[in-house]
Amino acid sequence: MRDVAIIGIGITKFGELWDKSFRQLIAEAGSKAIIDAGIEGKEIDAIYVGSMSAGRFIGQEHVGALVADSSGFAHLHIPAIRVESACASGGLALRQGYLSVASGMNDIVVVGGIEKMSDVGGTAATETLATAADQEWEAFFGATFPGIYAMIATKHMHDYGTTREQLAQVAVKNHANGALNPNAQFRREISLDTVIKAPPVAQPLGLLDCSPVSDGAASLILCPAEKAKKYTDKPVKIIGSGQASDTLALHARDSICTFNSTVYAARMAYKQAKKTPKDIDVAEVHDCFTIAEIIAIEDLGFVEKGEGGKAIDNNITTLDGSLPVNTSGGLKAKGHPVGATGVAQVVEIVTQLRGEAEKRQVKDATIGLAHNVGGCGASCIVHILEAM
Amino acid sequence: MTIGGVARFWREIPQRYNLIGKQCGSCGRIYFPPRESCPYCRRKSIGKMRDIKLSGKGEIVTYTVIHVAPHNFEGQVPYPIAIVQLEEGPRITAQIVDCKIEDVKIGMKVEYTFRRIQEDGYTGAIYYGYKFKPCQQKQNHQ
Repeated sequence: MRDVAIIGIGITKFGELWDKSFRQLIAEAGSKAIIDAGIEGKEIDAIYVGSMSAGRFIGQEHVGALVADSSGFAHLHIPAIRVESACASGGLALRQGYLSVASGMNDIVVVGGIEKMSDVGGTAATETLATAADQEWEAFFGATFPGIYAMIATKHMHDYGTTREQLAQVAVKNHANGALNPNAQFRREISLDTVIKAPPVAQPLGLLDCSPVSDGAASLILCPAEKAKKYTDKPVKIIGSGQASDTLALHARDSICTFNSTVYAARMAYKQAKKTPKDIDVAEVHDCFTIAEIIAIEDLGFVEKGEGGKAIDNNITTLDGSLPVNTSGGLKAKGHPVGATGVAQVVEIVTQLRGEAEKRQVKDATIGLAHNVGGCGASCIVHILEAM
Repeated sequence: MTIGGVARFWREIPQRYNLIGKQCGSCGRIYFPPRESCPYCRRKSIGKMRDIKLSGKGEIVTYTVIHVAPHNFEGQVPYPIAIVQLEEGPRITAQIVDCKIEDVKIGMKVEYTFRRIQEDGYTGAIYYGYKFKPCQQKQNHQ
């Protein structure tokens, strides 16, 4: 296994981008990353692209080849692989690209993530997201995707005394961070009261506890770490990569408030990186719902189980806290084009480790972590990155 | 749900109508929904998974109240839905009915009831299955 570095990043603006197509978005993110890395098209050995459900969102499958084509690489016949792991498709695309470079099979790999969700209506988008849950034994009986996370929230509040206000604080924090991110879908702060009084979606979660429907794409360029300085002064090394799975249905697990896929993926990544949660300076975690950030920071070992609700009051996960979480605005405020999310999280961590995050820069950040969840914790991918 | 998939519903009828699960003939663990093999015994359980009818009695592990529903459930909002732990061990997701929404609580004792679940807007097929209702209080006959 070789060490692997990220030498280029690219991201589009996230949001309801009516005037941008799937093809335009991925081409924009990819070309930004390629220019950032200073590589030539003919150097690319493979393309890995994460997309959850292009088939349902835009009626188009076979998007591996489509991405290579729309990026202008069809005549170069570069191998292109579409990767799917629901909302963790982007994180898994990075892991597959990482493994292919680490193995020695490929040198220069482009990793992309994309989703174009706004071409279908809100109901169709929500039902497509629900396909990440168990269709036969959860969705059939009327459980929605927010509903499944809401059941985690109910249990967390019951078992650990987590409050409605603590859930809402996650949205308030992430909106404040998103306001500092030029690519975020929501660039405005919101108040605790606004979150709590928002229309209910699935109790105790309201509209502003949920990440939005978004369009967007993100891209990364990987190469062997030993060659990274040839391309950039600020390469970032992937020092840990972990992945784990669990039952598709939440009800089939003993623990409702722990995602064991996160616990196992994190364990794998920490072990490879030879790091502990205390070593992490900045993290992007999968806050598809406010409760998801609370259990993520527990399962990643940033706080004890049950203490996640207090992390904002205790000044841990805030931008000026001891371990800032979701400096990009997270899925909540930056937006959640599902296939793009896992890649966009790593774009944010690389931006932080390069010291280029401007108003949302975490001082002296050298080690960062990205945590991407598929479905209701049936898949999880964790990456740990270090500035070289 | 995928539209028009009638066979997809028909083949799950024994489970959804009558709570038929599977019991591993090797270790005795009980599964619902049914599994082809036992995750603990794996190859030792192949061919030894037996049908077992579950009592339908259980307890609420956690719940929510759905306000924004999928297309086929829009007419039912708001409705409570819960993870129920059955007496025999398996946990399942189901709606809670025949009580006030505010009475639904973690730890509440509930039992199986056969109900209409949803109507497929495309085929018009009506899908039936299980929901759960509060356990009937024992009558004190004197």
